[in-house]
This record gives sequence, structure tokens and C-alpha cells, in this order.
Amino acid sequence: MSKQIQVSGLDAYYGSHKAIEDVSMTIEPRSITAFIGPSGCGKSTFLRTLNRMHEVIPGARVEGKVLLDGEDLYAPTIEPVSVRRMIGMVFQRPNPFPTMSIYENVAAGLRLNRGRISRSELDGIVEESLKGANLWNEVKDRLNKPGAGLSGGQQQRLCIARAIAVQPEVLLMDEPCSALDPISTLAIEDLMAKLKDKYTIVIVTHNMQQAARVSDRTAFFNLAAQGQPGKVIEMDETSRMFTNPTQKATEDYITGRFG
Amino acid sequence: MTTIQHISTGRRIKDRVVQGLVYLAFALAVVPLISVLWLVISNGLERFDLEFLTHSMNGIGARDAHGGAYHAIIGTLEQVLLASLISVPIGLLTAIYLVEYGNGGRLSRSISFFVDVMTGVPSVVAGLFVFAFWILFLGFQFSGWAGALALSILMMPTVVRSAEEMLRLVPGDLREASYALGVPKWRTIVKVVLPTAFTGIVTGVMLAVARVAGETAPLLMTVFFTNSINNDPFNGPQMGLPLFVFDQAARPNDTAIDRAWTGALTLILIVMLLNLVARLIAWWRSPARGR
Amino acid sequence: MATNVRTRDGGPATSRSASRRSRGEAPFRYLSTAAGVALLAIMAAIAVFLISEAIPALQANKANFFTELTWEPNSSREFGIAALAFGTVLSSLLALVIATPVAVGVALFISHYAPRRLAAPLGYLIDLLAAVPSVVYGLWGVAFLVPLLRTPSQWLNENLGWFPLFAGEGIIGGKTMIAGAVVLAIMILPIIAAISREVFLQAPKMNEEAALALGATRWEMIRMAVLPFGRPGVISAAMLGLGRAMGETIAVALIFPATFDITFQILTPHANSIAANIANGFGEANDIGRGALIASGLVLFIITLLVNMAARFVINRRKEYARAGA
Repeated sequence: MSKQIQVSGLDAYYGSHKAIEDVSMTIEPRSITAFIGPSGCGKSTFLRTLNRMHEVIPGARVEGKVLLDGEDLYAPTIEPVSVRRMIGMVFQRPNPFPTMSIYENVAAGLRLNRGRISRSELDGIVEESLKGANLWNEVKDRLNKPGAGLSGGQQQRLCIARAIAVQPEVLLMDEPCSALDPISTLAIEDLMAKLKDKYTIVIVTHNMQQAARVSDRTAFFNLAAQGQPGKVIEMDETSRMFTNPTQKATEDYITGRFG
Repeated sequence: MTTIQHISTGRRIKDRVVQGLVYLAFALAVVPLISVLWLVISNGLERFDLEFLTHSMNGIGARDAHGGAYHAIIGTLEQVLLASLISVPIGLLTAIYLVEYGNGGRLSRSISFFVDVMTGVPSVVAGLFVFAFWILFLGFQFSGWAGALALSILMMPTVVRSAEEMLRLVPGDLREASYALGVPKWRTIVKVVLPTAFTGIVTGVMLAVARVAGETAPLLMTVFFTNSINNDPFNGPQMGLPLFVFDQAARPNDTAIDRAWTGALTLILIVMLLNLVARLIAWWRSPARGR
Repeated sequence: MATNVRTRDGGPATSRSASRRSRGEAPFRYLSTAAGVALLAIMAAIAVFLISEAIPALQANKANFFTELTWEPNSSREFGIAALAFGTVLSSLLALVIATPVAVGVALFISHYAPRRLAAPLGYLIDLLAAVPSVVYGLWGVAFLVPLLRTPSQWLNENLGWFPLFAGEGIIGGKTMIAGAVVLAIMILPIIAAISREVFLQAPKMNEEAALALGATRWEMIRMAVLPFGRPGVISAAMLGLGRAMGETIAVALIFPATFDITFQILTPHANSIAANIANGFGEANDIGRGALIASGLVLFIITLLVNMAARFVINRRKEYARAGA
């Protein structure tokens, strides 16, 4: 498990509008890569190109290559559905299925991908996933209650459990803490540190302290002006990015001079 | 390179089958529309002539080929106009009450609920009610006006709902700007809110008119029947175009069936024209709403 | 659909205008309130006058109104609602069974399958079905659908005749229950499709994305995130459709052969409904006959009222649920 992602010359469009331009980068396995940058710079768009969720939006398309351990995700023979099965995603707002119980939420992806699966095996995976998401102890007595009854932070960890239950290679997180309080945020950050032993993790964040705390490598996105496409300005080890950036724009952003 | 597994054939087939069924459902729904329009046009054009539009059925025997629906067209236009004159003021005022004055109180909630329920009153029941009330209880005779009363009951809920929706779309800022200038509430409604929502309300009214213009059942027991021209909607039985179609369709002769088709064509033309104009008004206005 | 925005509070504005002693304010408020109350009064009046004008005929009835099959109020003064009510319920339920799956398919097509650009015009096409007057459907049903259904009806009767609905001897096909039900289905399809489309479009995008991100196909996404959310809306849409079908008059008046019996044999020319009987019988009815028809109209009014109120109840429950989920 856990694979490397290589992106080269990637452009993403919404209709005729180019949202990101010429992004190339390597995302290493078993590490956390953070994307930072001002709003509208295309970091979330880029994240969504990595599991082909970008094209869900009508009129959206992508040019360029994304290789998962050397295999092109955008090759004509590859279906987006199977890409998403390999590369899990956690969204900005916790989005458990409102009509399903906690148990069913975690099992949802497994039921899709594994066809017939024995109850005991399913029980095992659900428990393991909830433990993996540091949620087991809080919900083990109410697995059949609706997921919507949990707190925001618990819901987000439920979504993480749901994503890791299908054992993906990569976990994409789109500002996973922006709707959460500080204590829940801390719980998610602890969880990320634990998950990186098994998964390639990519996180988009507005919070630079968070990027500094959790990530191994950081990419800074920016755009020249409103309406221009976003680009990667700089990408490096997180420790170096935050102490000694090579680009003026990165330094300005990190020190809070704009953005 | 076997990293990315394809999804199972079973899942793929299921997805395709459902997609096929969904497309099929749409096709199934469109087929009757095309079939109805095609039959009405092809059968209706035969008698769609000047005589049909300018003559009544007065003195036309059962097997005769001539005659027309002039009396029915006049009747329908008058009845629908009268129905609008009754239902638009009441409907619009009710919508104003619900949006501006109701404040979610018990009265406004029950009015709102019964407006919904009223939408479901069968048209034949509306007709029977007017018959029971206007003709049996008050002792008036069959007339176009009685038909208009029945149609207005069917129009009201539609007018209320569409006007209500349009009034709620008027931005609160606009009202507040007017209040801030010291304009009283009722003048704000009349001078600011209603003009802003005007085109939307007109669209809603026209769709309501289009709906009742095709109603037959309530006319049966209110307008009754006549074969001759009666221009006075307040005195004596009239005819209506849908009634004309029903009457001719129930007769066994081909000449009558031909007249029924032509009547249907005329009716569809009127209803579709009303619909089209309403949609055009809505479409013409929608860019302004998008901003 | 009416948006559920809370009424803007006019508190400060009212007091300000009151202080300016606007002379139009009170009359205008009373006028609009009166209009709303008038609407309630009309609903009440419908019930009151249908009851009062039905009573003389019901008193003159020599048979039990609820159990009698025949309808002879003009001559022998024996009439009952049983066969008519049965026909109304059966034809409407059949129409519902035919229309609902198609309408849900149409709604999904517009909301989740059709290309975005085409969705609105194609939706308009379906709405046009609702714009065709009832009497035109009746004409179409008699001239086109009735002959069209004859052969398949006979086939069903010969091959699946053991199934009660397809059973029957003698004449098969023609002006049958199934022909009327199909026409009713076409007529209620637009309203079911329109409401279902609205609720499917309201399904939370974030849950749809969650399903897709788990590797769901389009259908799996719809089953996980759209259908569970839309179910109450579809149910109430179907009930509104049922109410429509029960009250639908002229189309079935032209198609149904006006028989007065209770049979499940939908392929034989035995069919009638309360509404069709009113339309067909009104012209020739005497005073008792008209009173009897009013009594049957009252029954129809009550049945449709109950169905509609139940549907509204489900919708309102759903609104609360949707609000709580947001």
C-alpha cells in the first residue's frame, strides 16, 4: 500500500476558464504533503484532479499527466470510478450519509467494491477502520445510530474511517479541519500523523500552522491576478519552506503580508 | 502494471442498465406527447377553416359536415377572462397577506395549508359546488358567469402559489430601502414590491389561465350546453371550447368527430400559446433575476 | 415550489408608518387578510353546500348509498357509490403503478443524466404533457390508445389469464379499465416527475461527492445519496398524483364504458369512476339524479381531500427533516 504520485504539466479547466496551469510535482508515499496558498489559487482544484473528482463538475476537464506509481490516471482505458476507489477523499465539511447508521457509513464503500462480503469480515473491517480513525471508543456502543448525530469532529473522523475502510493507496484531504473547533482539529491532526505510516496523504489547508505542524513537504500555490490560472510557486521540505523560502511571494504569504 | 483494477463487470452492467432504463423512461414519457400532438394536428387540420372559426352549431344536424365552434371560442374567452378577474385579485391579495402580513401565525399557516389542499380539489367537484351553491341554492340559471366561478376556484391556488413565490424573491433590501425613506408598508408593497415581482406574477397567472382554459368538467354543470351564439356570459347557457370537444366527441358521427378534433386543435393552440407567452416572459426576465 | 423563507418581519417599518399615520395601511392589511380568509371560506362552503344539496337525494334513496352497486336515481331511486368508488380507486392505483416508475426515471434523467444544457428544455417538454387539456387526452384515448391496446390485451388474457387482473371471458380489449388507467398515468406523470425532479436536485451535493469519492458508479451514487434523500418527496408526489387521478374526469368519461359492477378484470370493458359518472350522467339527470351526483361528488371531495392532506403532511415533514439536516 501507499504509492507515489507524479504530476507533470497539468492544466485544469472549468469550461473555458483555466483554473490551474502547468503543475508538476512528486508526492512521496508514507508522508504528508500540504498545499497552501490564498483562496482561489487552485489548490483544491488541483487536489480534486488527483482522484478525478474534478471532472464531476459539468464542463470541467484536465490536461496533462498524473501517474500513480507510474500508471497514468488519465489514460483512456482507466475509469474514474476505479481511480477514486484507489485514492480516497475527505471533504471540507463532514459529509456522512444522513440516512445511514455509523456502521453503514463505514461499510458503504466496502459494499460497493467487494460485492458479497461476510458479516463477520465486515464487522472486523468496520471496527478496524473506526479504530484507525480514532473513533472506535466513542461510537462502539452506538454503531446503529445515525452518523448525523455525532459532533462535527466525530463526523469528520467517521468520514476518514469511511475513506480508509476501502484501503486506498492515497488519502486526499480538502481542508478537513476548516469546519471544526480547535480540539477536534487537534484530534484530526493526531490521526493524520498516525495514518501517514500507511498512506500517502495530501492535505489542502488554509492554516499555515497546521501545514507546519503536520506536513513533511509543502507546496505553495498562487495566482498572478484574479482570473489568472493558479500555479505552484514553490515546493520543498516543510521545515525549509517555513524557515527559508526561496521565493519572495512564499515568504510574503507565510509571514502574513498577503493572502 | 496492474495497480488500478477495473470495476467488476456486474457493477458496470448494472450502471449501464439503469442508464438505459432512465433514458427509456424519458422516451416513454415523450411518446404520448408526440402522439397526441400529431393526431390532433393531422385530424384537426381537416376542418380547421374559416367556417369553423366563424360559425356556431346553430341549425346544424347531427350528420351535417358544417358548423363551427365560434360560440364555444367566445364562451371560453369570456369565461376565462371572468375567472381571471375573480381569482387574480383574491389570489394576489392572499399571497401578499402570506408574504407581508402573515408572519407565520396560525391563520397564515392554515391558509397556506388549505391553498395546497385546494390545489387538489377535483375540477368536477368545483363545478358541482358552484351548481349546488349558485344554481340550486341561490336559484340563478346556467351561465358563463357560473362557469367562471367554478374556474376561478381552480385558478386561485395556482395564482396564490406563483405570486407568493415571486413576492418572496423580491430582495428584502429593496423593502428596507423603501421603509428607510419613510414610505409606509402598504405603499412599499404597491409601489416597490409588486412592480418588481410583476413579470413573474403575470407568468404565473397566464399558466393558471392556460390550465383552466382546458377544463371541461366544471363547465358541464355550470355553463351547460348550447349550440347557438350567446355573447352574454351572465344570461343563459353558454358553450366552452373544451365542452364543445367533449360534446362532439361523444357523438357517433364522423362529421362530429372531425369537429371534435378541430376543436381540440384550436384548444391546444390557445393553451400552448398562453403557455409559450408565459414562458417567454419568464425567460425574458430570468437574466435579471440571475444577477 | 414555494420557498420556505420566513416572512420578513415588518416590525419597525409598521411602527414607523403608523407614526406617520398612513391612512392606507389598515384597509390594505384588512383587504389582504380578508382575501386569505375568503379562500378558507370557499373550502368550507364547498363542503357545506355539497352536503346540504345532497341530503334530499340521499333521503329519497331506496338503497344503501355505501353498498349499492347500481346508479338509478332518476327512475327507481336506487343508487350507491360502491361500484363507482371502487372504479375510482382501482383506476387511480393502476395509473399510479404505471406512472410512478416512469416519472422517477424521467426525474432522474433531468436531474442526473441529461446533459446540463438540455436538462431545462427537456424538463419543459415533460411539463407540456400537463398542458394538454383533459378532453384532448380523452379524444386521443378513444381514437388511438383503445385500438392500440386491443392486441396486447388479448395476448395477456390468453397467456396470463390465470392472473386475476388479466382474467375475463367474452370481449377483451376496447374501452377498458386499463385504457383509462394508461391515460390517467400519462396525465399524472408530469406532476410526479416535476416534484421528484425538485427533490432529486435538492439532494446534498456533498453526499453525492462523498459517494463518488468512494468509487461509486453513477447509479450507486444515486442509490446512496439521492434516492434515500428523495424518498419522502417521491412518496408525496405519488400521493398528489393519486389525488389528481381520482379527480380526473373528462378523459375517463370518454373512455370508460359506464358499467356499474365491481370487477378486477381490467382487460374487459367494465369500468367507471365517480368523476366519469358525474360527467356522463349530469346532462340527463332530474332533481334527485343531480342530488345523487352531488352526493357522489362529496364522496370524491372527501377522498381526494384525505389523500392530498396526507401528501402535504409527508412533504411538510420532509421540509423539517431537510432543514434539520442542513
